[in-house]
Amino acid sequence: MLRLENVLKRYKTGDVALKNVSLEIPDGQVIALIGPSGAGKSTLIRCVNRLVEPTEGKIYLGDTELTTLPPRELRKARRRMGMIFQEYALVERLTVMENVLSGRLGYVGFWQSFFRKFPKKDVQEAYRLLDRVGLMHMADKRADELSGGQRQRVGICRALIQDPDLLLVDEPTASLDPKTSRQIMRLINELCDERGLAAIINIHDVLLAQMYSQRVVGLKEGEIVYDGPPDGLKPDVLTEIYGEEDWEATIEDVDEDEEEASSK
Amino acid sequence: MSQPQTSYPDYWKKPPFIKRPWLRWGLIIGTVVYVIVALGTMDVNWVRVWEGLPRGRKLLASFFPPNFADSRGVIIDGILESIWMAIIATIGGIILSVPVGLGAARNLSPRWVYLFCRFIVSASRTFPEIIIAIFAVKFFGFGPFAGFVALSIGTVGFFAKLLAEDIEAMNKTQAESVRSTGSNWFQWVNYAIQPQVMPRMIGLSLYRLDINFRESAVVGIVGAGGIGAHLLTSISRYEYDTTASILLVIIVIVISLEYISGYLRKWVQ
Repeated sequence: MLRLENVLKRYKTGDVALKNVSLEIPDGQVIALIGPSGAGKSTLIRCVNRLVEPTEGKIYLGDTELTTLPPRELRKARRRMGMIFQEYALVERLTVMENVLSGRLGYVGFWQSFFRKFPKKDVQEAYRLLDRVGLMHMADKRADELSGGQRQRVGICRALIQDPDLLLVDEPTASLDPKTSRQIMRLINELCDERGLAAIINIHDVLLAQMYSQRVVGLKEGEIVYDGPPDGLKPDVLTEIYGEEDWEATIEDVDEDEEEASSK
Repeated sequence: MSQPQTSYPDYWKKPPFIKRPWLRWGLIIGTVVYVIVALGTMDVNWVRVWEGLPRGRKLLASFFPPNFADSRGVIIDGILESIWMAIIATIGGIILSVPVGLGAARNLSPRWVYLFCRFIVSASRTFPEIIIAIFAVKFFGFGPFAGFVALSIGTVGFFAKLLAEDIEAMNKTQAESVRSTGSNWFQWVNYAIQPQVMPRMIGLSLYRLDINFRESAVVGIVGAGGIGAHLLTSISRYEYDTTASILLVIIVIVISLEYISGYLRKWVQ
């Protein structure tokens, strides 16, 4: 379970990205975090694994309080949080396999990782995950040879091989076409389901958020303005989050769309 | 959305790089005046230049034909020593540069480490190799070891600076993604940073090897070993045909290094 208590982030520039955000995510729940650009979505998930240091507040992952952990303990805690990035963030000149195995760096020693001598069961797990996302044959390719959707699937493998309790997902579909976006979102959802993982998914696309989450949190200027079920996203709620616009077309019934996509 | 106007200008000019007109024109006029004055103060005696031309022709003529035969052994020894010096200094210098370069990257190091490493870089860039070589010869005596020390120090200034700059320009999210897995600092450098900077570093190493070989001929003149000493000796003995042969060998080696490094650089990309 992840619990944020009054998390506040003030950047050096004086901008306050998060204003006393409190949020509780039970085990196994997939939540979508929506909101306009600059609302603090990226900052929020980066505060959880402290790629960004929160200024105030407490964050608990299970019983561990994350914001005060010393470096060694922080690295241990990071192993429990897999992160999936916008634009994939694979190390482009490394092979697919190295990228996946880099998810195990928190578990192995420096020389082991330096000589790429990962434990047998890590390598086996890497192959199993690659096979699960349909990229078994790509293991020895360099990451920059892959297409966008393939790269994001490698990114997913890298996060999952950490054997995390929680996935932090930052705009996973931002640079993908609509069909690949759906496939990626569905894959993340299935994998969370298979492994009982909780996830926070930052996403621009309201429709995708509704389709692939159990709960939606709306963030606006660093504050939570909506927290509820996906079908509670009515035009007035979206106006509250994003501002005035014609929302009817955005929240149309999505079932038809999904069937079309899953038959592929 | 604003209302369409009734008429639009049909004339557009690129805004000037320096906006304030007095500053812009001041800089332009100042530069022109300075160049004219500087040229004026350079005192050229055109009569002497004219008299020097035939002498130069005679000097060049005495370079031909190049003479390899008389001092073949000496040239080969000197060249081999220069090559050895250049290779060892490049390797040694790069090994020393890596920690300094990592430390001198602002996005990697705490401020005091950064400032300290930047100081090392600037210090070793302050003096050209030949001046360092003069001191190295004073410390360690004549011979290639002094040259090795001088060229290594020069390599650190060059390589560490460029490594640090390349690290500062790396892709931040790739680095972030490896950090988020719970890797430690060394693993992070090995997995996220090294792959990003490696191709450029290999190219720069070869370029530096090229520079070090040419510099090894220069530092030899102050007694730091290598082919430079023989070059100087042959000139002061007026054996210009031997000088020519030494220069030819240097040119051939520099050109072949150029081709090899060009080929290797393409291959590592």
